[in-house]
Amino acid sequence: MIVFDRVEKRFGDNVVLSDLSFTVAPGEHVTLIGPSGSGKTTILRLLMCLESVTGGTIKVGGKYLSHMEKGGKLVPADEKYSREVRKRIGMVFQQFNLFPNMTVRGNLIEAPTRVLGLSKEEANARAEELLDLVGLKDKIDEHPTRLSGGQQQRVAIARALAMQPDVLLLDEVTSALDPELVAGVLALLRDIGENTDITILCVTHEMGFARDFSHRVMMFDSGQVIEDAPPEKLFTDPDHPRTQEFLKAVLAAG
Amino acid sequence: MTIWDWEYAFSILPALIEGLGLTLVATVLGSIIAMLLGLVFAVLLRGPRPVAMIVRGIVEFVRSTPLLVQIFFLYFGLPAFGIVLSGLTVGVIALGVHYACYTSEVYRAGIDAVPRGQWEAATALSLPRSRVWTGVVLPQAVPRVIPALGNYVISMFKEVPLLVAIGVLDVVGRAEEVGNTYFRYVEPYTLAGLFFLLLSYPASLLVRRLERRVGTI
Repeated sequence: MIVFDRVEKRFGDNVVLSDLSFTVAPGEHVTLIGPSGSGKTTILRLLMCLESVTGGTIKVGGKYLSHMEKGGKLVPADEKYSREVRKRIGMVFQQFNLFPNMTVRGNLIEAPTRVLGLSKEEANARAEELLDLVGLKDKIDEHPTRLSGGQQQRVAIARALAMQPDVLLLDEVTSALDPELVAGVLALLRDIGENTDITILCVTHEMGFARDFSHRVMMFDSGQVIEDAPPEKLFTDPDHPRTQEFLKAVLAAG
Repeated sequence: MTIWDWEYAFSILPALIEGLGLTLVATVLGSIIAMLLGLVFAVLLRGPRPVAMIVRGIVEFVRSTPLLVQIFFLYFGLPAFGIVLSGLTVGVIALGVHYACYTSEVYRAGIDAVPRGQWEAATALSLPRSRVWTGVVLPQAVPRVIPALGNYVISMFKEVPLLVAIGVLDVVGRAEEVGNTYFRYVEPYTLAGLFFLLLSYPASLLVRRLERRVGTI
């Protein structure tokens, strides 16, 4: 589903990712862990086209993401092509990023009507169904600013799902939440993970969640994958000394 | 001869009020241009580099030259290129374009104040660029800058008398006219000034109230 091929990302002289290659199978749940600044979030941002690669290529569902083929050559993708590929990828952010000028309903029907071309009725039906799933059906006509952080994040998850993405990117989605609200959001994500076949890439510091949610965990350090293993293996018997150190530090803190 | 003649003052009121009407017309039309064109400038400043540079150039040029010179150029200069415009038309265009260059900065500040996350969320939802502007960014940016825009409308109102230089008979133009007719200047100019005070001051109080409501940026 997702293929990173020798991807490099640098900001000026600062190399964030270098020579990074990995693949993610359809329906797979992959969690990226590692110290901050190790490049995890950059991977999600590259996939969402919020950043573009400075070397190598990324393919999603067999299509180039930041490049397009033109006359047999690979050229940087233009806005139209990139939007087309990106439609199938959804993202949930740490800070929710709901549109405060719209109601919950507006947030949920905006992209399905404007981008997928759904009718208002279809988009509304989908919005109601998704809000039911995230347990906020009664908040449909509220403004996001009147919701708690946990509720906002659940709306943001519903908004991403409303686009029926093949790939869902979760960028530290519980990091900005009050501790008592974290469990509800994680339970929702587990539910979505079990009941859909969406490919999910997740950056999180919730190691318990990473452990029972993911099929695979990738440990990052300085822009490299230093360990890539099923959670049972990585969390109990990591090979790499950096992984051992990192887990010890994170588990001690949590 | 008294300094202030009430009878004279009352007799010139109708002429002054007529002039005030023209001042208000110029202000309203100029403001409409300034609001719309300023918004267009602000959006283009976020556009592709060459476009942004051209707009930046125009804005800097207009802001660095006096409004009076711009008015003279449009009124006396353009006819050399075969374009002859009435005084009021020149006034409205000059005021509108001149102030658009200031309001564009106001809008820009409002746009900059919209968090990055809003752009990113819009991108993540694949919204077309035009919809990102009209549906997400501007509805958040514009309400916050309305008080600042109001201040520019008030400033513009007070600059309309510059149009006297090209023969537009606004309230000050009328004051000058009656003054020249009767050789009494204290009453007409005092009244003209009073009109500006009576309109500008409440307007600025209104802007201040708006500021408190939406918060300043």
